[in-house]
Amino acid sequence: MSTIEQKTHGILAEFKNPGHLMKAAKLTNKAGYKKFDCHSPFPIHGMDDAMGLKPSKLGFIVMGHALIGFLGGLALQIWTSSIAYPINISGKPFVNLPAFIPVTFELTILLSAFGAVFGMFFLNNLPKLHNSLFNSERFKKATDDGFFVVIESDDALYDASKTRQFLESAGAVHIETIEK
Amino acid sequence: MSQKTTYIPEPELVQGNHTFGSITSLVGDIVETPAPRWWYIVFAISTLLLGLLLAMLVYLIWEGTGVWGLNNPVGWGWAIVNFVWWVGIGHAGTLISAILFLFRQGWRTAINRFAEAMTIFAVMCAGIFPAVHVGRIWVIYWVFPIPNQMQMWPNFNSPLLWDVFAVSTYFTVSLLFWYVGLIPDLATLRDRVKSALGKKLYGGFALGWTGGNRQWQHYEKAYLILAGLATPLVLSVHTIVSFDFAVSIIPGWHTTIFPPYFVAGAVFSGFAMVMTLMLITRKLYNLQDIMTVNHIEKMNIIILVTGNMVGFAYIMEFFIAWYGGFEYEKFAFVNRAFGPYAWAYWTMFLCNVITPQFFWFKKMRTSITASFILSIIVNIGMWFERFVITVTSLAQDYIPASWGYYSPTWVDVLTYVGTFGLFFSHFLLFLRFLPMVAMSEIKVVMPQADPHYYDEDGNEIKKIDTSSETK
Repeated sequence: MSTIEQKTHGILAEFKNPGHLMKAAKLTNKAGYKKFDCHSPFPIHGMDDAMGLKPSKLGFIVMGHALIGFLGGLALQIWTSSIAYPINISGKPFVNLPAFIPVTFELTILLSAFGAVFGMFFLNNLPKLHNSLFNSERFKKATDDGFFVVIESDDALYDASKTRQFLESAGAVHIETIEK
Repeated sequence: MSQKTTYIPEPELVQGNHTFGSITSLVGDIVETPAPRWWYIVFAISTLLLGLLLAMLVYLIWEGTGVWGLNNPVGWGWAIVNFVWWVGIGHAGTLISAILFLFRQGWRTAINRFAEAMTIFAVMCAGIFPAVHVGRIWVIYWVFPIPNQMQMWPNFNSPLLWDVFAVSTYFTVSLLFWYVGLIPDLATLRDRVKSALGKKLYGGFALGWTGGNRQWQHYEKAYLILAGLATPLVLSVHTIVSFDFAVSIIPGWHTTIFPPYFVAGAVFSGFAMVMTLMLITRKLYNLQDIMTVNHIEKMNIIILVTGNMVGFAYIMEFFIAWYGGFEYEKFAFVNRAFGPYAWAYWTMFLCNVITPQFFWFKKMRTSITASFILSIIVNIGMWFERFVITVTSLAQDYIPASWGYYSPTWVDVLTYVGTFGLFFSHFLLFLRFLPMVAMSEIKVVMPQADPHYYDEDGNEIKKIDTSSETK
């Protein structure tokens, strides 16, 4: 029994439309499943609450990067123009803070953008080119017009037949087992 | 007294009773079916023009900037005009993708993808000019704070250096924003294309996207943050471009109105460019259901608003030149309108201030022919605006003995023409190989994507059909 379960990634259930998916997400969350996900071709408004997800922590990552950009930008300009090679430019002060605003601003934005994009990749485990879900031919619809719930076999509550029954009762139109 | 009120709903953003699946095939099929013949013809012409650009750049670098029409009072000519013009065009892409996103304007989804592509290619065209303008391109790395053989660092007091940081940050962030938006659509193509190479390439760039809500959650947050970052960025970029002029002491440049005036002008010309490209694309690829007349009208309203801001700035500049009581400033503006470059000034005025006024009329706003012609006129006008600002102020400044007149050489003209080759060859490759409409975003604005379209059990709520009652 255990050998079969190890080979299974989970159960994939297809739903008819975003409304059914939303309902299924609420039921799955209520039933106590933790390792599940709802796949859709576009983000669905209110799905985070339906699945019981905590807010994304991406904002903190971006904030950290913004600080590095801001302080690093200021440090770069102050160090190069007043310590490394001070040059008197028409009698302006070496540390000419008003003139340093644009570059500091741009570097803050640049680093924050890096934080937002690469932080999102990090939180989403991307790039991850292989995924057991891609073994399913039907799952290709997830990027077109398919709405899926996947309950992973690693979940504490997972049971091959009971989970299947549960998804059927949640209104799935098609159910299949995903191999690893 | 009785009052009758009726609710007039907004027209549907996606016309023609589309389903999610038909949207995917409408956009995805363009990439998966062979390119039409016109594509090869236009691509061949664009590539030739790109070759022309490269030839002109090689000639310029070989001979030096003397092959341009620059002379002693006029040190900035077409190169700077073209730089500002191309950067400005790029700004509409970011405005559509970031600012309209923050304002929750659902109609942006039809045009944001290719407006962003336009931004990236326009900034590439723009970036060439200041780079070759330095004369000695092989030491261009001096503009970056990189340790070098002289142990010197860039001058952070200089607006020209701010510009380096602004434009390179702008390019990088626009590229990242565009790529993040593309990821779900690349995954769609990965799951659709038949060829093995296509699967590998789209699959690789899609990074293994599965469309799970645990991914969407972070993705949407990242998109929101990027939009929030790109909004002040786009305003700062053209502000800093205007600082190149405004921080100097040349009469006609040294004005505080420049930053908002440049940003409005940039959005104005950028929207006109998006309009020109969109009207051609929607026709050639049959995307009228996604890019509807309603979209065209909304864009024309933005063109009208920004056009009037630009017109206000032109008049305000004159007012301040008189009211400020500074003789040289006054002369600079009178000279613009009635001096040797009056022809350029009035072309600019006609194209930028008079042309958009047609859009007060709904008939003109919703007419495709009118929109197309007027959008091209606006872009011509905005090129002349930059020409007027750059050249007239330099040609006649403080001392009459040092006055001059600037005319471009054939190298100036052909380099500018060549940048269209760079722009359109990239744009055509984009149309051919990438989804030109953000499929995952356009699906969100369809009514059936909204959970409120369904009842508690997930079934569609039937709309009350009023037409049947009257029967």
